Amino acid sequence: MEHYISLFVKAVFIENLALSFFLGMCTFLAVSKKVTTAIGLGVAVIFVLGISVPVNNLVYHAVLAPGALEWLHPSFVDADLSFLRYLTFIGVIAALVQILEMALDNFFPALYNALGIFLPLITVNCAIFGAVSFMVERNYNFGESVVYGIGAGVGWALAIATLAGIREKMKYADVPDGLRGLGITFLTVGLMGLGFMSFSGISL
Amino acid sequence: MADSKEIKQALLGPVFANNPIALQVLGVCSALAVTSSLKNALIMTMAVMIVTAFSSMFISMLRNHIPSSVRIIVQMTIIASVVIIVDQVLQAYSYATAKELSVFVGLIITNCIVMGRAEAYAMKTGPMMSFVDGLGNGLGYGVVLLTVGFIRELFGKGTLFDVSIIPLVADGGWYQPMGLLILPPSSFFIIGLFIWVLRTYKKDQVEKA
Repeated sequence: MEHYISLFVKAVFIENLALSFFLGMCTFLAVSKKVTTAIGLGVAVIFVLGISVPVNNLVYHAVLAPGALEWLHPSFVDADLSFLRYLTFIGVIAALVQILEMALDNFFPALYNALGIFLPLITVNCAIFGAVSFMVERNYNFGESVVYGIGAGVGWALAIATLAGIREKMKYADVPDGLRGLGITFLTVGLMGLGFMSFSGISL
Repeated sequence: MADSKEIKQALLGPVFANNPIALQVLGVCSALAVTSSLKNALIMTMAVMIVTAFSSMFISMLRNHIPSSVRIIVQMTIIASVVIIVDQVLQAYSYATAKELSVFVGLIITNCIVMGRAEAYAMKTGPMMSFVDGLGNGLGYGVVLLTVGFIRELFGKGTLFDVSIIPLVADGGWYQPMGLLILPPSSFFIIGLFIWVLRTYKKDQVEKA
């Protein structure tokens, strides 16, 4: 149990996807003008990460990993399909987002309307793909991948909500012409990244 | 067939006038983590240029056969195939760099530049021009990446391509390296300032308050 809690804390703070690996930056910078939309997107990312990391974990260990196909036929013990992993992961993520969209539309229309356009956009969010790749690279088992997926999502949501809060306040500041908008946002994210680096000294 | 002026416009337009990172906020994701040394930035730039150019070309060749309801999936599949080839070549010929770039080569698949150009340009234009447009956008991405990599490596470590340029205090020289530039967040500051310089020079890109 302790192992899972420390993995969760690590995924949220120490290895924050947005602020220490800079993943999902396109949406992170583009959709952080208002706190409410930022939180909507954050919730969607937690959802998708929490499902897609474990599912891809199962797919990887049942089909793609070296020798994984042995359960199908003993002669497949040498088969190594791991070079297909990018193609497979992106396909699985796209399919999951599609299914999730239909399920939410049917069963939770209120949440579906709140998430709106953000749900399909998540397919191309590098945070999802990055978290899946990290899961493979670090050899997480199924339990760990569930915790890691949710933790990484919470960390990303936290970061985008914070940035949106700062940007809402920044509307009242007098920023030089050329820096207004995108430029000052970059500088802000840089400072936030520096702040989050202070977590990196913690070892769990 | 497009004339040479049009080709030049498609190739050089994205470098400064319509830079994918500085103006369109596309593809920032992978731009930041790989720029701590000029060598990694150069390899990443080449990988992205190859992927954007070839995937744009293939998508453009197939554009009249792709049903619009499944076009995203088809584009993704094409892009992912090109990225797999690049990744396999990198692992075969330059294993150490491939390990250093770790997941970021794979992340080119979700790089919004590739996807954005496929959607906005390659679906409407012929293969030849799409190829050039892809190269141009890769180049625009590369200019930012290489600038950031150059500044970070030169002032952070005193080297360029691992060759010592400014003698460090630690080696008996005079230059005390700026530790901040080794840290990942510094690339944000550099890109922010890059945008500031670009927009001071090109006033029409300034955002309305």
